[in-house]
Amino acid sequence: MSSRSLDLQGVSTTFTLTGEFEMQNIDINTIAQSDLQAVKQNHALTLLHEMLRIRRFEEKAAELYSLGMIRGFLHLYIGEEAVAVGAMQAFGQQDRIVATYREHGHALARGVPIRSLMAEMYGKANGCSRGRGGSMHLFDAGRRFYGGYAIVGGGLPIAVGLALADKLQSRPYVTACFFGDGAVAEGEFHESLNLAALWKLPVLFLCENNLYAMGTALARHQSQTDIAMKAQGYGFQGEAVDGMDVLAVEKATRRVADWVRQGKGPYLLEFRTYRFRAHSMYDPELYRTKEEVERWKERCPIATFQTWLRQQQLLADTTLAQIEAAVDHEIEDAIVFAEAGPSEPVEDLLRDVYTQEG
Amino acid sequence: MPEMNMIQAINDALRVEMERDDRVIVMGEDIGKFGGVFRATQGLYQQFGEDRVFDTPLAEAGIIGTAIGMALYGLRPVPEIQFADYIYPAFDQIVNELSKYRYRSGGQYSCPLTIRTPYGGGVKGGHYHSQSPEAYFIHTPGLKVVVPSSPYDAKGLLISAIRDEDPVLFFEPKRIYRAVKGEVPKGEYLVPLERATLVREGDQCTVIAYGAMLHMARETVDLATKKGIRCDLIDLRTLLPFDIDTILQSVQKTGRVVIVHEAPRTCGFGAELAATIGEKALLYLEAPVLRITGFDTPFPYTLEHDYLPDAPRVLAGIEKTLNF
Ligand SMILES: Cc1ncc(C[n+]2csc(CCOP(=O)(O)OP(=O)(O)O)c2C)c(N)n1
Ligand SMILES: [Mg+2]
Repeated sequence: MSSRSLDLQGVSTTFTLTGEFEMQNIDINTIAQSDLQAVKQNHALTLLHEMLRIRRFEEKAAELYSLGMIRGFLHLYIGEEAVAVGAMQAFGQQDRIVATYREHGHALARGVPIRSLMAEMYGKANGCSRGRGGSMHLFDAGRRFYGGYAIVGGGLPIAVGLALADKLQSRPYVTACFFGDGAVAEGEFHESLNLAALWKLPVLFLCENNLYAMGTALARHQSQTDIAMKAQGYGFQGEAVDGMDVLAVEKATRRVADWVRQGKGPYLLEFRTYRFRAHSMYDPELYRTKEEVERWKERCPIATFQTWLRQQQLLADTTLAQIEAAVDHEIEDAIVFAEAGPSEPVEDLLRDVYTQEG
Repeated sequence: MPEMNMIQAINDALRVEMERDDRVIVMGEDIGKFGGVFRATQGLYQQFGEDRVFDTPLAEAGIIGTAIGMALYGLRPVPEIQFADYIYPAFDQIVNELSKYRYRSGGQYSCPLTIRTPYGGGVKGGHYHSQSPEAYFIHTPGLKVVVPSSPYDAKGLLISAIRDEDPVLFFEPKRIYRAVKGEVPKGEYLVPLERATLVREGDQCTVIAYGAMLHMARETVDLATKKGIRCDLIDLRTLLPFDIDTILQSVQKTGRVVIVHEAPRTCGFGAELAATIGEKALLYLEAPVLRITGFDTPFPYTLEHDYLPDAPRVLAGIEKTLNF
């Protein structure tokens, strides 16, 4: 396990705060030492807050699913929150995000409003995809969130295209492309890495290696289980990062995003993480042992981060209670919003197959 | 005779064929120990071992491509594509390689493989767990396309498919995997490919359906009977090549046709049926051939039951042809 550090200095001279701070650039070289400590603390608490939001959102979603309020398929990100939250810190409003089908965490961390997310889960017309998609198809053009991809691997070449569009139009943005270890077996992964390297595109390939593709363990679906290494075959760099440590994820992603932003071509990060829940809502989990799951749960990204924050005297009980209360309130409010939302009227069945006037 | 649901019947067919012929090999994503997401391959790994029942990575083009190679070289693979919606990464291998292998090698090679895949909507699955892509493959000479609607047919047709020398796409209507039960003989038996079956008999209108829609169509036809409208109901079972004789016999009797499928309407299989009926039986027709189908949209999420043909729509179609 990596030793945690909140070393903003070593990360970059300016960094962007998200979450309750909105987006705000702070130059840490020019602020007073006392303020720096406050900024650090605020930022750390933001990370915790964001992870808790995702955790509680999904716990609620699971409950609602069991009640039949949310339908379709539901894949929980619980255990992997540090990846979306940590990585997302590295991207600005104009950068593009391509997610997976297990993407509630990416959407929330990206700032897709929780209300519209919950409404989408309900399939309501006030959802972020107007109720068209549900859990696996979250889109938010305003936040440059290019959706979930229920076809595993489907997002990779599209991310390459987004990056190519930026490059051809001389825009200084990057594209973040999340995908699972399972996607690495698809042809699209290999085509995408090659194209991105060949054309030196500003794209970050962010692999969430949770050791399983549904019930198939990594070693049973990859001849080379070191995923980060695969970048080398295409002539660029990759590295593995502890995906259970939000600070490590943030730090690595910021560094790599800077590199990619400088036009040096793509980069692959492999976040080693673990899904605590079943693949989807129900599966007998015959493919792994309870002990293995328990071992990983001890490394829960939220619990370990809380412990660390306390050790650093950055988290008081009252603060935690405040964050929890705020999260609960936000989620309850989102449910009210979702339940009050209109269903898509049947007259709209044919809408948006093609561009429409008006 | 034991009663089985569709999943059990399919599982039984695989077991029977694997016991009978050790060239039969089952492969796919999580079909081994896990038994497949719908449990169609449950217990096969334990019985036959991992040389004959094995998990593959997430690589549909790879799965089908390697199955083609195996089929060319003495084996009879039965790859599973977990949902028909995931078949597209393998589309190139199926359409460009598999279907044309015999033809382009001048008949030297054959590809006896059967691709099993669950298809169809009504399970709240949204865009990518609901599609009915059969028409793409019916449009591809060299393939056979089969869609069972009952446990009995599922087993007998799957065995026939596995024994067939040509490649078969075996689309399983997942919506009725467990909902439909029926008697299924033990051991081996064949239901021949390329033969439709008459499920209801009547002389006023011919209703043609397959897969999960067959059950809705049967309820509709029974409803129509109560209203004094007598319909033939044909379960096509094999869509390519389809049993035109059974269709024509019925049409010559009724003069009116309603075709039902859940795939979108434009260029759906109904279009081919309507055209063929028009070519071969125009003078028998008393009304235009009607299609009751899914709409020309991607498969919807919350509106799936408005999208899918249902009894009121089919009944209205039957009445419309009768009142033409
Ligand atoms: C092309 C395609 N094939 C198969 C599936 C079925 N499927 C859905 S998720 C999944 C496993 C994905 O594993 P991974 O990429 O590691 O993501 P994780 O579930 O671990 O987040 C599979 C096989 C699919 N959605 N798309
Ligand atoms: Mg995985």
